[in-house]
Amino acid sequence: MNNRNLLVVQGLKKHFAMGGGFLHGPAFHLKAVNGVDLNVKRGETFGLVGESGCGKTTLGRCILRLEEPTGGQIFFEGLDVLACDRRQLQKIRRDMQIIFQDPYASLNPRKKIRRIIGEGFNVHKLLSQTERRQRISELANLVGIRPEQIGRYPHEFSGGQRQRVCIARALALNPKLIIADEPVSALDVSIQAQILNLLVELQEKFSLTYLFISHDLSVVRHICDRVAVMYMGRIVEMADSSTLFTRPLHPYTLALLSAVPVANPRTKSKRIHLYGEVPSQINPPKGCTFNPRCSIKKDICSQQQPELGEGEAGHWVACHVSKTEI
Amino acid sequence: MPESLLEIRNLKTYFKTDEGIAKAVNGVDLNVPKGQTLGLVGESGCGKSVTALSVMRLIPDPPGKIMGGEIIFDGQNLLKLSESEMRRIRGNTISMIFQEPMTALNPVYRIGSQMAEVIQLHQNVSRREAASRALDMLHKVGIPDPKQRLQEYPHQISGGMRQRVLIAMALSSHPQMVIADEPTTALDVTIQAQILELINTLKDEMGTSNLLITHDLGVVYEMAQWVAVMYAGKVVEYAAKSDLFNRPLHPYTIGLMESIPQIDRPLPKTKILKAIPGMVPNLFELAYGCYFQERCNRAFERCHGEEPPLLDKGSDHLVRCWRHE
Repeated sequence: MNNRNLLVVQGLKKHFAMGGGFLHGPAFHLKAVNGVDLNVKRGETFGLVGESGCGKTTLGRCILRLEEPTGGQIFFEGLDVLACDRRQLQKIRRDMQIIFQDPYASLNPRKKIRRIIGEGFNVHKLLSQTERRQRISELANLVGIRPEQIGRYPHEFSGGQRQRVCIARALALNPKLIIADEPVSALDVSIQAQILNLLVELQEKFSLTYLFISHDLSVVRHICDRVAVMYMGRIVEMADSSTLFTRPLHPYTLALLSAVPVANPRTKSKRIHLYGEVPSQINPPKGCTFNPRCSIKKDICSQQQPELGEGEAGHWVACHVSKTEI
Repeated sequence: MPESLLEIRNLKTYFKTDEGIAKAVNGVDLNVPKGQTLGLVGESGCGKSVTALSVMRLIPDPPGKIMGGEIIFDGQNLLKLSESEMRRIRGNTISMIFQEPMTALNPVYRIGSQMAEVIQLHQNVSRREAASRALDMLHKVGIPDPKQRLQEYPHQISGGMRQRVLIAMALSSHPQMVIADEPTTALDVTIQAQILELINTLKDEMGTSNLLITHDLGVVYEMAQWVAVMYAGKVVEYAAKSDLFNRPLHPYTIGLMESIPQIDRPLPKTKILKAIPGMVPNLFELAYGCYFQERCNRAFERCHGEEPPLLDKGSDHLVRCWRHE
């Protein structure tokens, strides 16, 4: 296995059983993640974009085993995450942390900031009391929380400050990988930039690797080195950030990019309209899941699911048509 | 400046809370020109939604109260109208579209009966006529199979479709003005593009004037002809769209534009963005002078002592900043 890869995901699936009853078993399955392959290199920021319901959050949660995947494999530093028992898993989780979208819901309102940041030390039984105290104020300082504020409760903080606390908590155990699930989506524009800058600075300082999940294409382009676009539980395109945003191949990526409203007097927008909506994931369309909304589809698209294939080096796309014609 | 349909002068709306008086809207001036769209931009808590609710006179009292100012709509001051006169304007001459299409519809009534209720309330028509107008409106907002939709409940249709239903309801009374408060914030970007286009098409078709509230400068650029930027309860800059985007004057407007990653520009060498330092001021402890002074990189002595007025820089470009005196 390539040692440059910190995280490798192969054929990952997560199907949720829906409906049915106690004796009948599930009536149908919602295929939230339906065969995802990706690899995240050490030190990079890997972006996962897509619209709501495309499975990007579920994928992130599966990697941490907050959800138990239905199938596929996950390797973290070469170690098979899904084969780990409880003790091994706890060890791995020290190296993988998560930052959630909503800083109002992800902090326990009854705990002081000091306890929230130091939670990991309790769980993993690390450091003496004095060492903990010192490390907690170090962490607070690192993310821009003043030392006198760590005795306060979450409700006394604004959204941006809460997200700083979440970041400090994620950093506490010196993780290698941080999964950031929409970390700035709930924040105001002027605060977003502050938190993004903090993430970039911390990455340089501690050589962190980020899996950055977001629906905001401008932010992803700015902060990510490589990007994967998800649609209905699958990756439809994956490439270097600069390649993906300048030469997108998949018709869905093209439509997504052109739908972003741009505030620039010098840009003439050529919008590609995407008609209709994301189809039901319980009963997905046959063939390519994008085919009912696609403007360049051919006969094969409604019959056969395209595989993710590498065109130019490092540029992967799952489309029957665009590889040959765009 | 083109003729205005709505003129707000020195509007003040305060809220009484346990911590004191929150001056949510603290002297707002703006115009919505006839047949055009004014984009009202600002971050959460800047007072943009309270401004809209004040126009509709929907401020819950207590704790809120419109303390002063004028809201001149089509020549009459809405603040002087009685509640029953106001009811004739609300939802009829001025309609509103809200952010959350999930909560703005009643989950226990069919879409058809909710729409017909609105139409019957504002237009003197029979039940049957109301139902047929509802069908027309659904058709107009591009809902496929509208007859079927009328029979369905809100939970049976997607968020994008719900927003279309709300737009259909808002426009069913042929209003002169539509206030849209973050109409696409809850939607995915491809659906957002569809809804924004729909709002623009209907505006031209029906000749409404729109007040569009958003935090997204990209949305404003695509939708509005005029833009007002709000900060801490005041308008800090007001201009025609092209002036504002080509030549922003207020340090806050400039800071906002610089702090957002731009998808259509070459990638900068550094991933560090030019962020505006600090936070929005606490509405209970507003500083003397300019409210933006603490976060401003161009503040000087005068900004700390004296509040800047809205200065006219020519061609209807107004800015609240001493640097531009």
